[in-house]
Amino acid sequence: MSVSVVSSTKPGGAGVLRVRRTLRAVLPALSLILILLAIWHLNARAISYFGLNLMLNLAVPVALATVGQMFVMASNDLDLSIGTFVGFIGCITATVLHDSPVLGIAIFAGCIVVYALLGALIYLRNLPSIVVTLGMFFVWQGLAILVLPKPGGHAPDWLKALMSLKTPYVPFPVMAAVVIGVVAYVGLMRTSYGAVLRGAGGNAVAVERAGWSMLKVKMILFGLAGFCGVLAGMALIGLTTSADANLGNGYTLLSIAGAILGGGEFTGGRVSPIGSVIGALTLTLAGSLLNFMHISPDWQVAAQGGILIVVLAARVLINRAGSAA
Amino acid sequence: MRRVIYALLATTAVALASGPARADTKDMRIAFSNNYAGNSWRQAMLKSYGAVADKAVQDKIIGAADVFTTSDKEVPTQAAQLQNLILQGYNAIVINAASPEALNGAVKQACDAGIVVVSFDGIVTEPCAYRIRVDYRALAAKAMDYLATKLPKGGNLLEIRGVAGTSIDDDFHNGTLDGLKKYPQFKVVNSVEGDWDETTAQKAVSTVLPSLPEIVGVVDQGGDGYGAAQAFQNGGRKQPIIIMGNRQDELAWWVQQKKANGYETWSASSAPGVSTMAFWVAQQVLDGRKDIPHDLVDPYLAFTQDTVDAALPKIPVGGVATIEYSQDDAKKIIDDNMKK
Repeated sequence: MSVSVVSSTKPGGAGVLRVRRTLRAVLPALSLILILLAIWHLNARAISYFGLNLMLNLAVPVALATVGQMFVMASNDLDLSIGTFVGFIGCITATVLHDSPVLGIAIFAGCIVVYALLGALIYLRNLPSIVVTLGMFFVWQGLAILVLPKPGGHAPDWLKALMSLKTPYVPFPVMAAVVIGVVAYVGLMRTSYGAVLRGAGGNAVAVERAGWSMLKVKMILFGLAGFCGVLAGMALIGLTTSADANLGNGYTLLSIAGAILGGGEFTGGRVSPIGSVIGALTLTLAGSLLNFMHISPDWQVAAQGGILIVVLAARVLINRAGSAA
Repeated sequence: MRRVIYALLATTAVALASGPARADTKDMRIAFSNNYAGNSWRQAMLKSYGAVADKAVQDKIIGAADVFTTSDKEVPTQAAQLQNLILQGYNAIVINAASPEALNGAVKQACDAGIVVVSFDGIVTEPCAYRIRVDYRALAAKAMDYLATKLPKGGNLLEIRGVAGTSIDDDFHNGTLDGLKKYPQFKVVNSVEGDWDETTAQKAVSTVLPSLPEIVGVVDQGGDGYGAAQAFQNGGRKQPIIIMGNRQDELAWWVQQKKANGYETWSASSAPGVSTMAFWVAQQVLDGRKDIPHDLVDPYLAFTQDTVDAALPKIPVGGVATIEYSQDDAKKIIDDNMKK
């Protein structure tokens, strides 16, 4: 990975670079289209307003968690706690937010501050993010069980109504995905401070020499991840209508896989907001596809892993072809 | 003449009792959404379901009966699975749910799409779904009844609890409390957590045993009886009456002790074959029956001194006793429930 996003703005080799970047950018969308075609072939009526609504509504919280993960990955870190964090937010949504909205929102704000402080801790003490967030994984899970020792609670009515919104022509989950992708894209890729945030993962020393506070950058990136986690937890409860302390545990791996599938890298601050959203949609639809194919449940996990490997292999091939040219 | 009229009346009565013409279910499809397959109870559940559902398909009672197990125990995965089943146009979904509450959103979507949802074991609280439960409270009370007949003078009991915070553990415990109220000659002198697991139970019982007075009976929740017996044996104590829970190792130990020294006890648990009950309830609802209550109680499966010998060879080693319901069995259980 010799080419980082920051250095790509330099002139020289621009043509090759552009082709390669276009291919890389198109790859996630291509996998999504392939999966959609396969689903259409197996079960044509799934590709309809009703079908897309059903298949994709659970992708909305996944997409939000994935974008959250992407912000953390932009600074070369990983957030292993996002899954139980989403679960904890879900428990708060179904209990505190339902009964006293003001207190609920205050707790959410507090959670985002905790996330920003984690970013500060990781930066100041130079700790590996994996260790810190793995610890937080258990903290959030413990808090979730404290809030909701057994499954229950109710989603606020406005949230339920929002998540089951019947929008004209285009299903709500598709619209939500577009909005999430565009907002994250504009914020991170099209603003000047967004470039600084991305630079934190690409070349932190350069960013710091240029006079930007790396502490602030880390805190903002982690805070943004916390904000996305809050939205993901709320969206999830809007769909399930009721909470369970273990609701979000699977989201840690899903969010990492989604971000990688969407064109992100573990190092170098290379992330793609729109790709991440597409990655989340692809992973969700892959589950539907495997279900429609009546694949034995024993093989479903392996099949999902297989899709990841195929896409990543394609990406490596594109990178190689690019370097050869 | 009178006799003829009676005969006519009788035929009419029979015709009325069998109800209006039923919808035909031979083209309808039932899906089974299962969230976990990783222990002996769940394996037995899937096996029973497969046997009964496949036969129903062969007999052309049902068009198709497919089984879907989620790859992890996560709620969102099962919610997505339910939505995919809705899209595939199944007429009914039988479900063992990952969460009693958090799948309600997806279950409601299925109901709204006109799909019959029948939950069992891991039930869902969404009112539109059917729920088949086992009355563990009655089971535990029945165990106390048994102890009272065997030990009219009463004595000290040891209680082994299940996984804390679950409704099943709560039900068992309340049933035991009911029995203690009814038979004040019994006293629970200690209570340990066995988590329905023989090893955990053995460890827990061994730890407290030296400090306990003579124990005449062990009230437990199944999956822990064999472990308790091992603990009593290793501690050099006289074997009390240990209530068993239909696991193969428990019943095998019981039969062996029975042969050796005439040991007596009683065993009961929920049968994994309750999945087949759920299948038939779904079929009956699809068949146009509107009178089935949404909350059904499935009788537990019990073995006595006389029935245990015959039952043991049928249970696979490491497995649990089960029962596969026929359509008529299921109808009878539904009728019993409606009488209550």
